[in-house]
Amino acid sequence: MNLLGFSSAVFLLGSLLALLLARRPAAARAVSLGAALLGSVGALAAAVFCLAGGDCGALTIAGPLGPGGFSFRLDPFSALFTGLISAVSLPASLYGLSHASEHDDRAGALGAFYNLFLLSMSLVPAADNAFCFLFAWEAMTLTSFFLVTLDHEDPEARKAGRFYFVMSQGGTALIFAAFLLLWRASGSWEFSAFREAGRLMAPGMKSAVFLLALGGFGLKAGVVPLHLWLPYAHPAAPSHVSGLMSGVMIKTGVYGIMLTALSLLGGGPAWWGALVLGLGAASSLLGVLYALMQHDLKRLLAYHSVENIGIILMGVGAGMIFSSFGKPDLALLAFAAGLYHTVNHAVFKCLLFLGAGSVLHAVGTRNMEKMGGLIKTMPFTALGFLAGSMAISALPPFNGFMSEWLTFQSLLAGFGLESAPARLATLTAAACLALTGGLAAACFVKAFGITFLAMPRSQAAAEAREAPAPELWAMAALAGACLLLGILPGPVLTVLKQGLGSLLASPAGLPSPVLAASGPFGSVQPSLLLALLGVLGLGAWLAMTLIAGPARVRRGPTWACGLPGLTPRMEYTATAFSKPIRLMFAFLYKPTREVRIERQDQPYFPGTIHYSTEIAHLIRERLYMPPVKTLLAGAHLIRRLQAGSVNLYLGYLCATLTLLLLFLIGRAR
Amino acid sequence: MKPGLAAAAVWAQPFVLLMLAPLVQGCVRKLKAVLQNRQGAGVLQPYWDLLKNLRKEEVVSETASPIMRFVPYAAFSATFLACFLVPVLLPASPLGFAGDMIALVYLLALPRFFMALGGLDAGSAFGGMGSSREMMISSAAEPALIAALFTAAVRAGSTGAAEAASAAAASAPAALGPGLALGFIALFLVALAECGRLPVDNPATHLELTMVHEAMILEHSGRSLALIELSSMLKLTLFLTLLANLFIPWGLASRTDPASAVFSAGIFGLKLGGLVLTLSVVENSTAKLRLFRVPDFLGIAFVLALLGLLSEGILRLGL
Repeated sequence: MNLLGFSSAVFLLGSLLALLLARRPAAARAVSLGAALLGSVGALAAAVFCLAGGDCGALTIAGPLGPGGFSFRLDPFSALFTGLISAVSLPASLYGLSHASEHDDRAGALGAFYNLFLLSMSLVPAADNAFCFLFAWEAMTLTSFFLVTLDHEDPEARKAGRFYFVMSQGGTALIFAAFLLLWRASGSWEFSAFREAGRLMAPGMKSAVFLLALGGFGLKAGVVPLHLWLPYAHPAAPSHVSGLMSGVMIKTGVYGIMLTALSLLGGGPAWWGALVLGLGAASSLLGVLYALMQHDLKRLLAYHSVENIGIILMGVGAGMIFSSFGKPDLALLAFAAGLYHTVNHAVFKCLLFLGAGSVLHAVGTRNMEKMGGLIKTMPFTALGFLAGSMAISALPPFNGFMSEWLTFQSLLAGFGLESAPARLATLTAAACLALTGGLAAACFVKAFGITFLAMPRSQAAAEAREAPAPELWAMAALAGACLLLGILPGPVLTVLKQGLGSLLASPAGLPSPVLAASGPFGSVQPSLLLALLGVLGLGAWLAMTLIAGPARVRRGPTWACGLPGLTPRMEYTATAFSKPIRLMFAFLYKPTREVRIERQDQPYFPGTIHYSTEIAHLIRERLYMPPVKTLLAGAHLIRRLQAGSVNLYLGYLCATLTLLLLFLIGRAR
Repeated sequence: MKPGLAAAAVWAQPFVLLMLAPLVQGCVRKLKAVLQNRQGAGVLQPYWDLLKNLRKEEVVSETASPIMRFVPYAAFSATFLACFLVPVLLPASPLGFAGDMIALVYLLALPRFFMALGGLDAGSAFGGMGSSREMMISSAAEPALIAALFTAAVRAGSTGAAEAASAAAASAPAALGPGLALGFIALFLVALAECGRLPVDNPATHLELTMVHEAMILEHSGRSLALIELSSMLKLTLFLTLLANLFIPWGLASRTDPASAVFSAGIFGLKLGGLVLTLSVVENSTAKLRLFRVPDFLGIAFVLALLGLLSEGILRLGL
């Protein structure tokens, strides 16, 4: 049976039925998400078969559907991405079963676009020619645009959607240009023809294709400075869609970069890798720095996607540097590190977005300053969010640690390169990765601590209810995956190397040992670390009980400087928590604050104090605003021509005609 | 030496560190007192303090969640596990194969993460302030720490702590160079910041607005406090051990046999004593930095470590 065809048919059927059942929201929701689950299982199975060395699924519809026909085919490398996308959409769809009821007034549209979104996303990596690729790519952008603007009455969502749509179209234009250059060289739209022609292109042309593709795909991935749309668009969608957008949709950008640079163009000079590495380092640092300043829980997570894409690109860039220096083993390790983080980020970011969605539903706001104490009312959601927070902060034994460890190992291997600039680049990137790790931990102490710990800061937070069962099961599955991916690096690496083998056309190497991962400088066995953590904690408890008997515990109020009773207003806020970092990086944030104290009669007892603080977004202001301002000024000038008077327009027509006639007469002479 | 005995000796090393940790703390306090013309408590006082706290009843905040009770165990087990990754007297560590120095850095991030959550959990402004400051300092310290450990790693061609230490010891006089010296200074500065010592944080203060680490753990009492204090002492000893074995390349036994272990124990004691003396002199002769000068301080550590790394590269591979 053709699994790829089966899953596509199920997705299409699901979206059709959702539209037909639009009048009955509950049925539309159940049917569309059921179809999404079934379709994802089909696509996942196709990917697994392909990676296991079996028959890779293909979906070809002959006919006049564009140049090159309508052809999708998996290979082990694209199966990695299709498999990841469908694996993560399983828990997201399960979560949607209860969470999507929030949007029951638009159940038909949500169900239809959700299924089409999954369909197009899982077909992007499978595309076999440029036409199909761009078709699936545009379908993915369009369907996600409609999901972002699902709440189209909300001006914020409309603005986010418009922003997303315009920037995405710019990115697609760049990809289109890259493909056109390849088409000119090969005379065909087939990727197989691109592969042959790409290798023979002149170096300058090759670099042009690479830069165009890096711009276009980097925009989708959310690479700094093309990330502006991401923190607006992702939070606006329903939370399970946000999870998919941040978790897997942006990974198609990583797929595109790797496909173009390594497969279609067959690798390039070292500066390509250095550029990707540098963009990765910049994205990771700026992503986490702006995330730290957010109090909107979902936007904070969206900025962390920028950070994690940066970490992924550090692995990819290091791999490109190694392969240009002719070190295939190190290149394989570095690419595997990047892909490992791709998988890990998909899992923990989806988990965090789902957790944030449940919190959002329970509290009714995305503002962290209105949350607090939720661990008491939503213990399971809190536990899931904690697992995700630890994973994204790269704390052992969760999965983020494993992939960052591998990235460190491959960056450190850059020390052995023959060129001093390459050494400096990889080592500086390693330092950036370390700083990013530390800042991410700070950010997630804030995100988890302010949201879930201490006392509720609003009435809604005090009355929050635990999320319904499907949501909890979805989070539990993802949290379990975070742990398993962290303690079983061997199977993951074996699968990733299998996929990379087909991309790099090199032998996949020996399968890795199940429990350990090793790099050129050392090895790590996280399962043993986990076991020992448990043993030592238990040992400490036993030893203390033996020495001093069972613990005696009394509950008492928190010390509040002797004041009677602690109130939530005395708690540390998210803004206060991130203040040291705001001042440490003041050169970047350029923070401004306004304090207004309204005094009543007595000078020593202020009435109300108003405090507001704002940071500057340097990239938007320095990089995007000047061209936009010039454009607007130009438009202003042109507007003077269009004064609205018919006589004036007739005058223009007359003047143009005269000029053209004069021109013709001039030529005739 | 029989293989069984050798393995036992290797596995005994982290427990030696655990036993030694309160003594190191006691010695630092005593030396500081002597330098300030005070009598000071005996060097064994930290042991009695731990025992006292262990026997006391614990008061847990009414607003706190179960996370608060979990914090001391997470802090202790992760810090102690990190001790299993470093060599102390012998050129091997019990779990060197399961975790290298990168894993060590991230294992030390685990206690901090949970202690910072514990600081927020009780809901008082002190805890939040301590957590926020501690996370700022540690995130600024992380690049310097990684870079300093990498100088040792590239010299040995391995990120394993035992491999790096024995490679340094094996090439003792030749290993001396700018890389080693710069790495040592960088790691020492990071140790001051990570362990909450002056001039970054004052371990002796409970003044509300200046404390960092102490503010974060303010709500812990009884055996929770004992366990957290023990892990802080252990962390200081661990950093001093790393400094002694990675950057002072003498004294580590070249083989795992009893005679060289006894010999290296003597040298290790001397090195540790020297470091403790340096630490107390530094703490006595500097004033606490303003909080927002700490990033500059750690920036210096990072630049020194990066220079050390580059000089290793230039000496080894040429420009």
